[in-house]
Amino acid sequence: MMENVIEVRDLTKIFDKTIKAVDQISFEIKQGEIYGLLGPNGAGKTTTISMLATILKPTNGSARVCGHDIIKDCDKVRRCIGIVFQDPSLDDRLTGKENLDFHARMYGLKRDVRKKRIDEVLAIVDLTEPANRLVETYSGGMKRRLEIARGLMHYPQVLFLDEPTLGLDPQSRRAIWTHIERLNKEEDVTIMLLTHYLEEADHLCDRIAIIDHGQIVASNDPKALKNELGGDIIQLKPTDDNLIENLLGPFKGLEWVRNVTHIDGTFNLVVDHGEKRIPKVLEIAKNAGVDIFSVGLNKPTLDDVFLYHTGRRIRDERGDKAVMFKTMMRARARRRG
Amino acid sequence: MLAEGGKKMNFEAIYVIWLRELKRYTRARSNIIGSLAQNFFWLAIFGFGLGASVMIPGLDNYIIFLAPGIVGMTLLFSSIFSGIGVVWDKQFGFLKEILVAPVPRSSIMLGKTLGGATTSTFQAFIMLLLAGLIGVPIFANPMGIGIAVVIMFITACAFVALGVAIASTMRDPHGFQLIMNFIVMPLFLLSGAFFPVTNLPGWLQVLVLFDPLTYCVDGLRNTVIGVSAFPLTITISVLIGFMIATLLLGSILFRKTEI
Repeated sequence: MMENVIEVRDLTKIFDKTIKAVDQISFEIKQGEIYGLLGPNGAGKTTTISMLATILKPTNGSARVCGHDIIKDCDKVRRCIGIVFQDPSLDDRLTGKENLDFHARMYGLKRDVRKKRIDEVLAIVDLTEPANRLVETYSGGMKRRLEIARGLMHYPQVLFLDEPTLGLDPQSRRAIWTHIERLNKEEDVTIMLLTHYLEEADHLCDRIAIIDHGQIVASNDPKALKNELGGDIIQLKPTDDNLIENLLGPFKGLEWVRNVTHIDGTFNLVVDHGEKRIPKVLEIAKNAGVDIFSVGLNKPTLDDVFLYHTGRRIRDERGDKAVMFKTMMRARARRRG
Repeated sequence: MLAEGGKKMNFEAIYVIWLRELKRYTRARSNIIGSLAQNFFWLAIFGFGLGASVMIPGLDNYIIFLAPGIVGMTLLFSSIFSGIGVVWDKQFGFLKEILVAPVPRSSIMLGKTLGGATTSTFQAFIMLLLAGLIGVPIFANPMGIGIAVVIMFITACAFVALGVAIASTMRDPHGFQLIMNFIVMPLFLLSGAFFPVTNLPGWLQVLVLFDPLTYCVDGLRNTVIGVSAFPLTITISVLIGFMIATLLLGSILFRKTEI
């Protein structure tokens, strides 16, 4: 099934008439996909899902979620989406189960469905055992998992996850990834993931849109995005440096080799799907009579992709933080004034 | 937040928000005991202290006069702070969870108001029982106790709604002290909790008559100890009017609150 669960057309949000938080973005998310919105803090990710979740009114443009217009049918949109906010949003004086029960009743789940569903979602995120403990006793990772479970309670078609692993230790992060993959498959829920962690987007997402300054600068599946940069680099080090020239001939002209260079005793081949080419490359080298000392494979990372499209590294966030701070202060001043 | 979802009341949502207030209340034992103890000290020390030299016409004892005032004070404090609790939900993020649900804001407001009013009325009722413990004849008129509880509940609804209204205009809990000094304390001091509201100097009389808590305290005196400045029909009418006004104000402001 290739139906679009989310369709966004020229969606724009301008704060205070001047700050373009989201600038005419358009994209589609298909049923069953894990779609990632990757960008630094302040890029407009949260503003985008706030509009899709009908929390914020767009300045311009339109979007449909599960076939419902986000402006005209906001109640229907809310029923078909689950959302895990970036900041915690649990009542920690209630137990895990009570938080879920609260949610279920707010979304009008009938009694028998409610009971069954609470047990189901608790099992999905491995929280069955501590379910009757007060949330204030939970660890950060457990709270996050409970929020994910809560987002799933009312059988949403699409689940929004806003930085689901922000501030978690690597082990909890891995656990959350596993849960996200599992619920995507087992619950067949479409997921829109917002993150500024490259590994996270790379690991989880079927497709990624890179967002910067409110605009989508590139969008594709992670592999294709990386391949657009020119492919993988296989690095060969011959045992004898002097024989390196002998490799040029056999590799030049092969249709799957995009480029051949050599510097400082290292022979570089630019190819697609580097890992699959290594055996062949070694065979060719052997036939050319060159003894190979070591082989390396360099794959471009999403960080390289980000750098390529924006001219910055994603981790270099100082500029964006300053912008975000300014935006926030202005918004505050406006509310107070 | 965008326009309301269906305008219809969502009773399940009202119930679960009410239930949450009750659960949070019963789990904060130290809060309950702490505030009861404080109010009890007010009653005992002011009651016996001032009582040694102050006489209220028609009553044996000043503490009998003071007790309904302290019950009113308990009600005021716990309801207004229960309403302002919305700002803590904002701070800790739970308000997002509530506001993104497909539930009309008016139902959320109503659940919150009924929940806060239930716990506050309970708290004030315990205070009344404590007053009975130190000799205030609270059971002289059992019918009166029933009406007193109704008066307490109406007043509590009004002040919870007022608290929600105030909280809706706050971004974080920093304004707490300001509200305490400029809203809660004046409401309390001008309510006639300590003194009879008749024969006051003109300017004070006017302020006292504009304080809704005056009518709550007077209504409680009327029903529990049989002393009052206004007829019961007037006190109850004024309180219901005040409740409707604060509910409207609270609903309007709460609808506009942003997360």
